[in-house]
Amino acid sequence: MRNTDEYPISTTEEREAVVATAGAAPEEDWVIVTRGLKREYDMGGEVVRALRGVDLAIRRNEYVAIMGPSGSGKSTLMNLIGCLDTPNDGEYWLNGQLVSAMSDDQLARVRNKEIGFVFQTFNLLPRATALHNVELPLVYAGVPGEERRRRAEEALERVQLGARMLHKPNELSGGQRQRVAIARALVNRPSILLADEPTGNLDSTTSEEIMKVFEELADQGQTVIMVTHEPDIAAHARRVIVLRDGVIASDDKRSAFTQKVGL
Amino acid sequence: MPLFEAVRLALATIRAQKLKSSFTLLGVTIGVMFLIAVVSIVEGMSKYMEEDFAGRLLGVNTFTLHRFPWFNGNVTEEMWREWQRRPRIYYSDLRTVTSVLPPGTRYAVESQDNVRAISPYARVRQVDAHAVDGDYFTIKHYDLTSGRTFTQQELQLGTTSMVIGSEVASYFFPNLDPLGRELKIGGIPYTIIGVIARQGTLFGLSLDKMVIAPYKSPLHRLTNPKGDVDGILVQSPSELAMNDAMEQVREVMRGQRHLRPAVPDNFAMETSQSALTFIMKLKRMLMVAGTALPAIGLVVGGLVIMNIMLVAVAERTREIGIRKALGAKRRDILSQFLVEAATLSTLGAVIGIVAGAAIAFAIAKLSPLPTHVALWSVIMATLLGTTVGVVAGVYPASRASRLDPIAALRQE
Repeated sequence: MRNTDEYPISTTEEREAVVATAGAAPEEDWVIVTRGLKREYDMGGEVVRALRGVDLAIRRNEYVAIMGPSGSGKSTLMNLIGCLDTPNDGEYWLNGQLVSAMSDDQLARVRNKEIGFVFQTFNLLPRATALHNVELPLVYAGVPGEERRRRAEEALERVQLGARMLHKPNELSGGQRQRVAIARALVNRPSILLADEPTGNLDSTTSEEIMKVFEELADQGQTVIMVTHEPDIAAHARRVIVLRDGVIASDDKRSAFTQKVGL
Repeated sequence: MPLFEAVRLALATIRAQKLKSSFTLLGVTIGVMFLIAVVSIVEGMSKYMEEDFAGRLLGVNTFTLHRFPWFNGNVTEEMWREWQRRPRIYYSDLRTVTSVLPPGTRYAVESQDNVRAISPYARVRQVDAHAVDGDYFTIKHYDLTSGRTFTQQELQLGTTSMVIGSEVASYFFPNLDPLGRELKIGGIPYTIIGVIARQGTLFGLSLDKMVIAPYKSPLHRLTNPKGDVDGILVQSPSELAMNDAMEQVREVMRGQRHLRPAVPDNFAMETSQSALTFIMKLKRMLMVAGTALPAIGLVVGGLVIMNIMLVAVAERTREIGIRKALGAKRRDILSQFLVEAATLSTLGAVIGIVAGAAIAFAIAKLSPLPTHVALWSVIMATLLGTTVGVVAGVYPASRASRLDPIAALRQE
């Protein structure tokens, strides 16, 4: 593992400055900015406050892990960042767009253009080939057939799966499936790659392999946000945010994080 | 997502679940199959009626004088009783009728019944006996394969000469030339002078079982013992002349029967047009009755598709979640499931059309019913299939489109 501190990440002061002015569109450099993000659920009359005001700023090209024990609100935060859900209160700016005020269809468009999802359970369509799975976001983006195929092939080659394009998910190993999912996430050239427990269903060797892919993507300038509860996986990121009880408990460089958890 | 893309996706999904899809299709397929079969039979019948029957049996520009109408739906008992009170048409009326016909008009007398005939070469069999007079063969378009028709003298004298149908010829005179041989009817031998070319069948009834003799021959005593005739046929050179002749005949008949001006005719005159009108009425009734039942089948088929689509939405919740996460809008999911339902149902309809056409073909081959697969019925069935699918798909598809992506993704 390389020393993280050779990678420039945003400083606490810079983040606080961006988050401070409510309602202001952040500068182009900041791909994600949330201000006072709140999300509550009504669970049979009892209100569960999953997020109690999250201020978060992520600069382009950062490789961030969001950590926390179960119930800390990290899944809720991931859903909000992934535009699958809308907050009860607060602002969410994604790539200069105020996402928190958008309609369902606008959110669908943002998910398509700005976000590449990688899930714990891969979430590939079982009956479709790897190539078709990767083409899917392009279908909804309205990319014509030939270009779609070309771009999907490129994306698959980028994750070293050029030879397995016409295999279906059940003909691939776990690591290969996750690489198909990564190719799918990247095919629309999204602003952020959002990974939810990307190694949760993989053995440790394969996990390392996937982490290496993420590392390379981050090196190439891709903004990566990874949600995980495993500290050793989180330690691959260059900045680690820890959530506790719906608020950010800590936000450190990797070196500071690894020291804390004693890795 | 473009429609073409959606249809391809739907076909892929259907292909992936062949058995389930084929069961889903079954309702629509059976509905459409019967629809096509029934419509083909009704169409075939009416086409046959229009093109062949009316012209061939009644003749062009021909009207018939009968005691009461032969082509009439819904005969009430009252009408029937009134008809029975009417005087018969007698052979003697022929002179009255012909006296007013303009030159160039043909006429014939017909008197028909089933009688038993025997020849030295075959056993007794029922034949369709006609005692005729006038230009019967011309009006009926009967061509002879051999021999000749009656001469004027034969008709006037009522000789026992006879023209027979091809089936009669082959049954009573197997492998023989029937000309000059004798067929015995009612104990009287008739000499065969001609054989009529094959006429084929009408709804399974052979049209070649007739034997025809002059009206004045003893045959009329078997066909119409009371001295009456079934009808008088009049053929004019044109439609205009026919209408004219009809009026003339009506007038002279009313005069002869001393009908006061206010009294309705106590005889009936029918043209091939009135037969066609009746047939058309019959056709509409058959169409309504024949399409109502398969239509119920289609409704059931639609319900099956709706049910299966609801199951599919439940089964594929995760797929919907994935698609939504990857940027599918509500409209995309809605159209995906709508197109899938419509494709399923259209496919069902297409299979139904093929099966229905096959049934129609088989019926035409194996039974006397003529069938005709009309283009309009094929187009209608296809559209109907698509419509059923779209209607059945609306509810499941809108449910799918409204699924929350987070909940959908979480589902196992």
